Amino acid sequence: MLMILNAILVLVILINLFALGTSRMKALIHAAAFQGVLLGFLPPLVVKDVGTLPLLMAVMTIVLKGIVIPNMLLKALRDAQVKREVEPLIGFMPSILLGAVATAVALALAGHLAPAHSPLGLLVIPTSISMLCTGFLLLTTRVKAVTQVIGFLLLENGIFVFGLLLLSAIPYLVELGVLLDLFVGIFVISIIIHHINRAFASQDTRRLSSLKG
Amino acid sequence: MDVLALILVCPVATVLAGLIPSNRWRPWILPAAAVVHLSLVAIVLLSGGMGAKVKPGPTTHEGFIGTALVTPPHAGTPSVTKVVPGDSGGIVLSDWLGLDPPGRVVLLLVSMLFVACAFYTVGYLRDLRDHLNRVFCVCFLAFLGAMTLVICTNNLGLMWVAMEATTLSSAPLIYFKHTQTSIEATWKYLLLCSVGIALALLGSFFVAYAAILHGLTPSLKLADLLRQAPEMDKRWLEAGFVLLLVGYGTKMGLAPMHSWLPDAHGESPSPVSAMFSGALISTAFLMVMRSQHILYVAGDGAYASRLLILLGLLSMAFAAMFMVGQKDLKRMLAYSSVEHMGILALGLGIGGIALLGAMLHVLTNGFTKGALFLSVGNIDRAYGSKTIPEVRGALRRLPLSGMLFLLGFLAITGSPPFGPFISELIILYGTLMAGHFLIAAIFLALLLVIFIGMGRTVLAATQGSVPASGRRSRFRDGLLSGLPVLACLLIVLMLGLYIPPPVWGLLHHATNYLEVKP
Repeated sequence: MLMILNAILVLVILINLFALGTSRMKALIHAAAFQGVLLGFLPPLVVKDVGTLPLLMAVMTIVLKGIVIPNMLLKALRDAQVKREVEPLIGFMPSILLGAVATAVALALAGHLAPAHSPLGLLVIPTSISMLCTGFLLLTTRVKAVTQVIGFLLLENGIFVFGLLLLSAIPYLVELGVLLDLFVGIFVISIIIHHINRAFASQDTRRLSSLKG
Repeated sequence: MDVLALILVCPVATVLAGLIPSNRWRPWILPAAAVVHLSLVAIVLLSGGMGAKVKPGPTTHEGFIGTALVTPPHAGTPSVTKVVPGDSGGIVLSDWLGLDPPGRVVLLLVSMLFVACAFYTVGYLRDLRDHLNRVFCVCFLAFLGAMTLVICTNNLGLMWVAMEATTLSSAPLIYFKHTQTSIEATWKYLLLCSVGIALALLGSFFVAYAAILHGLTPSLKLADLLRQAPEMDKRWLEAGFVLLLVGYGTKMGLAPMHSWLPDAHGESPSPVSAMFSGALISTAFLMVMRSQHILYVAGDGAYASRLLILLGLLSMAFAAMFMVGQKDLKRMLAYSSVEHMGILALGLGIGGIALLGAMLHVLTNGFTKGALFLSVGNIDRAYGSKTIPEVRGALRRLPLSGMLFLLGFLAITGSPPFGPFISELIILYGTLMAGHFLIAAIFLALLLVIFIGMGRTVLAATQGSVPASGRRSRFRDGLLSGLPVLACLLIVLMLGLYIPPPVWGLLHHATNYLEVKP
């Protein structure tokens, strides 16, 4: 079990680095979707007795994070009819490097961060921190609205991974609530992106700068 | 259970608002729901028997750590001691719902302010007859429901879910006017608050994780967390608190995470701005209070205090900087909100008597902001503008709203005999009693700067003659546009002259609850 868990977590970190390096918006959305699907497999791996609720959680996660939300974003992208490049404020190589450094630091500190007796192994907390950093990098250094939303999505995924440590503490109602909020959030955001497009003929959030002072 | 009924009012009203076909009559669901909500709040607060147990009168405790233990901290909180690790079966209501004493204060504010805003909104939407208001009414009610849930739940996770729901339900409200600037404000609000709040979720997880490290059963229930706090891992708890403070502080508008606030308050319709600045950010402050309480109980209160005082003064300084020379009336008020959230954080950080002042300030600031934003709303409707060169002579153009706006300005800057004067005085007194003379000096200096900066703008808007040019509308002060403002301001005036014993009871109970280790 631990082997599979760790393998998935490593894959998740690799997706992060890919997300930082890709220049195609579509590839970025697919990467986020793939990560969402992978995350869906984690809760049943972690819980000892797999009941209906962990399975429901897994299915909901895969459906929402892997299929529904990416499709909403792809639709927003199609409606936009603008350039499909990511447009970073800092280059792709520096982004990957920053992400890699953050991951390396998180892994180096893993011993301090996790309790020695953790049944989940040492990878959960560093992976979560690495994902948070990736999310923040995308949020702050990309100018397109859709890319920023994906940054937010990766950030949320990082919190989801941290939540694995607390599966017994977080009632499923809360987990479902978090998922629902995320779904509605992306839904509202994609509507707003649509309106940004119509009003500004661009998704470039740098144009959203008339409100000052 | 009354609390359950309270939470269910808004979803029911939301669905009804969605079903009503008439664009003309639909807005009346708002005041109807508001009145039902307020009556249920009254029942809940009275059945808690708050006012009866606590003697009214000035506070008796002194010093940094309050000592006046009047009632046990969990009296009246219907939280249950039963802990089911990993419970996933049936949902026990009392595992989810419960009202802590600081929550009662905020609940009262939110509900009363919504009544004023709901009646105002009816008039506001009547003037925009050709504008479809279904989304607006549905979202406004959902927004109230989400805030009620934040206040009335006792589970840190559900609080987060509800808090994020307030962001999502209020975003369409900002976008109501469909202008370019309102899209910009909505985008900033959605993204900044969602990311900020995501950090608060991580913070909640950190706090729960702090329990695992020391072999305790992790839980997100407030009562469990408070009970276990002394034995939790300090480093994770502190890290969790920082994240909670940053997360809910973003929503509260504490500097330097406040950048969404002036845009959102400035661009949304005035009744929405009033709810934002009176109710929503007070609800976020409630979350900060709850987070601080956990750290305080863990014996790490000094750490939280330092951060809160720092952020509080920083917010006041930022607000002062942007308020001097501010031409946009609503943005000016928004920065005033940043300032007052700073004052609240300062009061919470200093604790003791200052905390009592902060609890009172939640009420006084909330109602004054309601009055101010609603009266500026009237000015906006009359002039078709909310910026200074266009708006002049408001006292002549709108005698009632102009006067109420001027009085609201005097109230919010802490002039007697209004409520904020009393609450700021108590906070100042508490600061001096705790020996923070430098902080008190900075506090006073910033208040003075803000008074002068705000005064210039407000006087320019209200005095003088009405500009001859510019877009004219036929808007006049009316019952629905004037009475809610007047009511808010009368409450503020009353809180400045005489605080009813039940309200004192609520405030004392909240202060004692936050300052006593369970």
